[in-house]
Amino acid sequence: MDEKRLRELITEVKRGRMSRRQFIQQMIGLGLTAPIAAQMLAYSGVAQAQTKFVYKPTKRGGGGALKVLWWQGPTLLNPHFAVGTKDQEGARMFYEPLAAWDGEGMLVPILAAEIPSTRNGGVAADGKSVTWKLKRGVQWHDGKPFTADDAVFNWEYATDPASAAVTIGSYQNVKVEKLDSFTIRVLFSKPTPFWADAFVGTRGMIIPKHLFEPYKGAKSREAPANLKPVGTGPYKFVDFKPGDMVRGQINAAYHEPNRPYFDSIEMKGGGDAVSAARAVMQTGEFDYAWNVQVEDEILQRLEKDGKGRANIVVGGNIEHIQLNLTDPWTEVEGERSSAKTKHPSLSDTAVRDALNLLVDRQAVQDHIYGRTGVATRNFLNNPVRFRSKNTKWEFSIDKANQVLEAAGWKRGSDGIRAKDGKKLKFVFQTSINAPRQKTQAIIKQACQKAGIDLELKAIAASVYFSSDVGNPDTYTKFYCDLQMYNTTMTQPDPELFMDQFCSWQLATKENKWQGRNITRWKSEEYDKAYRAAEGELDPVKRAALFMRMNDLAIEARAVIPVVFRPRVGAVSNKLRVPVSGWDNDFWLLKDWYREV
Amino acid sequence: MPRATARISLGAEAWRRFRRHRLALAGALILALVMLAVALGPLVWPVPINDIDFAAKLQSASWHHPFGTDDLGQDLLARMLYGGRISIAVGLAAMLIAVVVGTIVGAVSGMSRGAVDAALMWLTDLFLSLPQLPLLLLIIYLFRDALKALVGTEAGMFILIVAVIGGFRWMPVARLVRAQFLSLREKEFVEAARALGATPLRQVVRHILPNSLGPVIVAGTIDVAAAIIAESTLSFLGLGFPPDIPTWGRLLYDAKDYLDIAPHWALFPGAAIFLTVLSINYIGDGLRDALDPRKVM
Amino acid sequence: MGRYVLRRLLIAIPSLIGISMVLFAVLAFAPGDPFEELATNPNVPAEVRANLRTQFGLDDPVAVRYVRWFTSMMAGDWGFSFVSRVDVDQLILQRLPVTLVVIGLSQVLALLIALPIGVYAATRPYSLFDQIANTFAFIGFSLPTFFTGILFILVFSIHLDWLPFVFRSDIAETGWRWWWEEGKQSLMPIAVLGLFQGASWTRFIRSAVLDVIRLDYVTTARSKGLDESAVIVKHVVRNALTPVVTLVALQLPAIFGGAIVTEQIFRVPGIGSLLISSILANDTPVIMAVTFVFSCLVILFNLLADLLYGWLDPRVSYR
Repeated sequence: MDEKRLRELITEVKRGRMSRRQFIQQMIGLGLTAPIAAQMLAYSGVAQAQTKFVYKPTKRGGGGALKVLWWQGPTLLNPHFAVGTKDQEGARMFYEPLAAWDGEGMLVPILAAEIPSTRNGGVAADGKSVTWKLKRGVQWHDGKPFTADDAVFNWEYATDPASAAVTIGSYQNVKVEKLDSFTIRVLFSKPTPFWADAFVGTRGMIIPKHLFEPYKGAKSREAPANLKPVGTGPYKFVDFKPGDMVRGQINAAYHEPNRPYFDSIEMKGGGDAVSAARAVMQTGEFDYAWNVQVEDEILQRLEKDGKGRANIVVGGNIEHIQLNLTDPWTEVEGERSSAKTKHPSLSDTAVRDALNLLVDRQAVQDHIYGRTGVATRNFLNNPVRFRSKNTKWEFSIDKANQVLEAAGWKRGSDGIRAKDGKKLKFVFQTSINAPRQKTQAIIKQACQKAGIDLELKAIAASVYFSSDVGNPDTYTKFYCDLQMYNTTMTQPDPELFMDQFCSWQLATKENKWQGRNITRWKSEEYDKAYRAAEGELDPVKRAALFMRMNDLAIEARAVIPVVFRPRVGAVSNKLRVPVSGWDNDFWLLKDWYREV
Repeated sequence: MPRATARISLGAEAWRRFRRHRLALAGALILALVMLAVALGPLVWPVPINDIDFAAKLQSASWHHPFGTDDLGQDLLARMLYGGRISIAVGLAAMLIAVVVGTIVGAVSGMSRGAVDAALMWLTDLFLSLPQLPLLLLIIYLFRDALKALVGTEAGMFILIVAVIGGFRWMPVARLVRAQFLSLREKEFVEAARALGATPLRQVVRHILPNSLGPVIVAGTIDVAAAIIAESTLSFLGLGFPPDIPTWGRLLYDAKDYLDIAPHWALFPGAAIFLTVLSINYIGDGLRDALDPRKVM
Repeated sequence: MGRYVLRRLLIAIPSLIGISMVLFAVLAFAPGDPFEELATNPNVPAEVRANLRTQFGLDDPVAVRYVRWFTSMMAGDWGFSFVSRVDVDQLILQRLPVTLVVIGLSQVLALLIALPIGVYAATRPYSLFDQIANTFAFIGFSLPTFFTGILFILVFSIHLDWLPFVFRSDIAETGWRWWWEEGKQSLMPIAVLGLFQGASWTRFIRSAVLDVIRLDYVTTARSKGLDESAVIVKHVVRNALTPVVTLVALQLPAIFGGAIVTEQIFRVPGIGSLLISSILANDTPVIMAVTFVFSCLVILFNLLADLLYGWLDPRVSYR
């Protein structure tokens, strides 16, 4: 898929021959995100679609209590310290960003008066600045007015290294200046194609200056407002017990009419995903449960009880398998999986091709994830010479056997293939998670039939995803041959995901394995394409570059994508919830209501 | 002068009395059957344990699959026979470690006083206070590779798990034994033995220990069940055997979300653990009665 | 006796310090990272993580960190959670009432079940009652709490819809209704835990009573013409209590430590779930605070148990 083809597709959408949604689905299948796809369409002049969600209630309040269940309770409520999506969601009940991403990748204004674009002059033509016009008449929960000072303050707060804010990545390369009480300008040092990062979505929630000013920098953890948030959101803070529950009550002075519908909100945390689904879909004790990572088998069974349904939201998460191109079993200068080594068997393309043919995505989709894991047809993951015309991915044990035979890997007496004394025995690790273990089992069986022996390993998530230098089991160290996982943070822009294949991001002992290139794969062409995409302002050209990079990484078999992992929530049948895979579940909390 | 009666050793006497205890024999029989099944079962029932067959998913007992299948279509009988070896071995080994270490510590502590008692009780309190999880993580990370190099992956894992599970269960046994010793030490028959010149060791082994076995045996049976379950908890945290090894505790854990959909999946491993525990307990009862000099059989 | 108590209390202090050192060392050397979730977040640059680590003093040598922790603990400052950025004592106090009620009541339930059943079963060994009691006891402790918990939920919440299964620590009602709601939601966790504990205690009590009931002085008491229940209660039980006291003393600190699995399944916000989530998140200040209090309780209750032995059995002497 190159730039020319992309423009052809866009023209089809313009002419009405392809729907917006179909275009976006295709782009997602090719490794892009809905926001990028929407940006491409907008840039090319395709009319912006209306947000589909219809809010029916005609007055504020009266809806009773909204009870939601997060099986990991938020542990803090300051969005700038949010360690995971659970903390973001907890904060999102009270705080709001300037704009949020909807399910189609379009920006929806929340605290902004309108969305900046090249047409209304908000986005500068040279890509070096964005001007936001703020909504007037918005009040903080304590009655003080929301102004541009608050926005500028958030930038100062996040960029102060002593605050150790996790949102710093979105704010440290920009400068924010106040033009007047309700206008700010975000300045970039170089042309930035993806400007919708600061003040937008999960990392854009705004905290009040008048409560946090005295607590900037090193004193940031002492602010009382950390535990008693005062925001602009639809609900006012009532109570918080870390890891257990958060409570809010209706904000009678909310800046949009007739909202919110509910009189109070209660978010409970803890427990496991299955019982969370049960609490919504079987006993009705709760109205909504977040992230029910449960086999579809169980979900369907629960839906039959008629009280709730599974809400499946497409996002950008791909469960993928990484192949180690270095040798994890040899130590060089105190480092295993060193970039100076080469993997004895995985560096042979034939072996990697064979492994790709041994992942039965259809079975994983049908029998494990069901609706919650989609092996889309458009996934480019076959080497060119094996790509069949109709389906883009393939599962064939016979072909795998052929490939390996042809490359000289012969079966030994124990059934395992070997060449020059090197056996095809691999250690395959992932985090502890029932569907993942089942996926491992399926792949292991297929590999066995092709003469490859897999030893399965499952590691506790807190250890696997740790950055502890002394811990041999982290995913960045990659001290094994294969590993499988998926990143959980929503990324509206693929640039942040793509840099994990850049050669300057190699994870090594020197940088304490903080580098993001875990497969240790290097390619000059990839690096070139990445640098080009960083500054390319034409979204169609940029998208084409990303797709090229995606193709390079997949064709070189640095990664094997398995299935898409949409987000799944359990929703009570009467509850109406606007969904978006590119932002928090609470991205439009103000519009939640119950049908009577 | 009357002829001296033939001397019968304590062991042979105990065995004779054990044989007359019906329930103990029943227990021994059940345990023997279970152990035979897991030892020879895979030879008699040669179905592979990880044969994934989605068409046969979550079926209850049938001729083809006597114990039914799980959610990947794998045969449960085969998995239970295979995993049973590990479960029973872990259960028994961990229990033995806990009981032996606990009894020794408790006995030494109960017999001596002052510094030794205080030191051993300090050690017991330390182990009781330690949070198991971080300690487990630490031990496994420290010793996993060394053991792997020494005895191979599976044996190394087995040693680690047994040591860790047993190592966290000896404290109650030690305290129970010590409590028994504190009271038994002053009893008349022990005093009599002391007056006759019995060394402390002889007092302990011949007199006090056999009489303090009651709680030890109960603790032993409870520990077997606890060890089997503990192994599954370890595996849930990524510290036990790899996730595809179907130990009984692991099967119970995998089945817990399907209790209303496929109850057979949990029923069989649960029943197996129950039977094992039951039989060991009856054997224990028999042992206790056999060793108790006051009980008339 | 007084000197013995004093001596034990004095020894308790250095032993507590010793335990805290071992605890701290274990936590410091165990793998894991308080900021692991940041690791998967591509937006968080490595410097932020490094900054957080220095802010919380994670990169200092272990001995330094220990001394820092110890001195602030003595001064009453229990530390600051890495994860929630909240004072640790606040976290613990928030969860203490629920833990004491739910876990405490379950231990009481366990004792209430085990004592009468164990004693009665021992007075009629191998009778029908004994067999049934034993079987239930075996089932009770062969099945892990995660299993019985889910079973209860399936039966009582989902199938019969009698009881809610998600524990809410902030019930809006007041007065009588509050008690009713609190009772309904506490019933299952208390029952699950109590039955599991009661099962093993039943066996211990039965065994202890069996050991005593055959002794001569019991026969003497009976032949003196004493009523059977008086024999049991006044002579047998009191002397069989030694192992029971040991067990209860071993178990009481656990009331503070909570019950991890049960709290997880029913979402009871107790100290057990705080502990497990802190352990998984490597939130050292919280773990240290909870385990330190726990070890104080362990030492205290074991001392009490030792004293009780002397009171229950006059032959036990302390020198």
